[in-house]
Amino acid sequence: MPDTLVALYVFVLACFIGYWVIWGVTPSLHTPLVALTNAISGIVIVGALLVTGLGSAGGLAQTIGFFAVLLATINVVGGFLVTNRMLSMFRKKNK
Amino acid sequence: MQISANTQAIVYLVSAALFILSLKGLTHPATARRGSLYGMVGMALAIAATLLGEQIESYGFIVAGVLVGAPIGALLALRIQMTAMPQLVAALHSFVGLAAVLVAIGTFLNRRDAGSLDAVLMGELSAGAIIGAITFTGSVIAFGKLQGLISGKPLKFALQHQLNAGIALATIALGVHFAMTGSLFSLTLMTLLALLLGVTLIIPIGGADMPVIISMLNSYSGWAAAATGFTLQNNLLIIVGALVGFSGAILSYIMCKAMNRSIVNVVFGGFGSESGTEQSAGAAAMEKGIKSASVEDAVYWMEDANRVIVVPGYGMAVAQAQHALKEMMELLEARDVEVKFGVHPVAGRMPGHMNVLLAEADIPYDHVLEMDEVNPDFASTDVTLVVGANDVVNPAAKEDASSPIYGMPILEAGRSKQVYFLKRSMNPGYSGVDNLLFYQDNTSLIFGDAKDTIEGMVVALKGTGH
Repeated sequence: MPDTLVALYVFVLACFIGYWVIWGVTPSLHTPLVALTNAISGIVIVGALLVTGLGSAGGLAQTIGFFAVLLATINVVGGFLVTNRMLSMFRKKNK
Repeated sequence: MQISANTQAIVYLVSAALFILSLKGLTHPATARRGSLYGMVGMALAIAATLLGEQIESYGFIVAGVLVGAPIGALLALRIQMTAMPQLVAALHSFVGLAAVLVAIGTFLNRRDAGSLDAVLMGELSAGAIIGAITFTGSVIAFGKLQGLISGKPLKFALQHQLNAGIALATIALGVHFAMTGSLFSLTLMTLLALLLGVTLIIPIGGADMPVIISMLNSYSGWAAAATGFTLQNNLLIIVGALVGFSGAILSYIMCKAMNRSIVNVVFGGFGSESGTEQSAGAAAMEKGIKSASVEDAVYWMEDANRVIVVPGYGMAVAQAQHALKEMMELLEARDVEVKFGVHPVAGRMPGHMNVLLAEADIPYDHVLEMDEVNPDFASTDVTLVVGANDVVNPAAKEDASSPIYGMPILEAGRSKQVYFLKRSMNPGYSGVDNLLFYQDNTSLIFGDAKDTIEGMVVALKGTGH
């Protein structure tokens, strides 16, 4: 099976997992859900690292990669921090 | 230290599983923080496995990018006000989009230099660049609207849909041309057109539809990551992209359903205007036969009530009234009055916006009910306090088949014995529809800033302490 087809298998199956997992999320946590998915979509940092870190990458590719790493880092760090900040506010009883 | 490609693949698999568990954690507030922890561990593993893999040979630019990006991200996350959460989310979506575009272009340059381009790869590259570009500019526009830099009014002009369709077709045609020829010119022009498309797609959509737009752009940012995963043959990116993509898509669906509108209608409809013509509050009320009430009237009914339900809306966020509400809740509870909050799915500017603001004010989450949970309680409730909400309690949605919001599920506030509406003025809601609830016998309006009004109630409740 060609690689692209394998990737398609993975993609379609992951879509099903996403569908079932997300329907289970409680509506009161929809804002943290958006923030958390934002943080984990910072996974494009993996792509940015691969572009930037390639030994043979030219100057232009490295510069482009640098900005991609920068932006994805903002997402990962900012996304997780703000998610945690919000989740720490959800308490059941008064202190 | 270096790890083999197989070890890397195993770590990616663990990481993907952690991301799934992470989202699963949000099933309940009690497990949510653990979920977020899983996510962070998953991300750390993914980054470590990538850095230690054999593909990474130079670290200078990477370290520089992380060192600049991390403090910016931390500062944004720790400084942001909870009311401004939709803006932060829009900004972060735009970063994912732009990063995906940059990764696509960077990959193209690297693979061209290595002479390993093929049509399938370039097709996937185009998809990543197009989705990333639309996500980027679309999110910038959404940010501008939320921040008030761009008018929240839906901007409509002639031949809008034809224009969008034209740009979309040209973008795809250039993508196909690029995949077949590897022309850098086509790639560049395609990306520029996709950037333009992000603007023209989002600019016509009104401020009231922001919860859908935020969800939609959330979804796009996921698909952009998935497309990047196809380009790089990286299953982790594909899995995460699919999870995020579906998350945003499901949220969009929930938001649309809560407004009884289709996604097509939201994207192409250009519904509602940001502000109607302002009349002087008192005069308009007299003319329409509306009762206005004082803070003391409301307090009189609330302190002997069995139950008070508060219906918050975007106006509560604007007035920052949530902390005063918490104080009012405590004073009422000290008098054995049950206080609940009823939240409509589209209240606020993003999904779950009200819940976060109430949580920020330290209101326990078991006091905050969803629409379906709270609706049966209204009929046995003495007082409902509507704070900065409007359309979501409008009975026209049930009774008036000619109303633009007809069919939208509402919070049935009108069934409670007394309804107090906290309002700044007689402006209609975002839909521009007059609220039938104003004219009901059991409804009174309290004019003024929501925060001032609630603080007045707090003072009055303290004054009448038993």
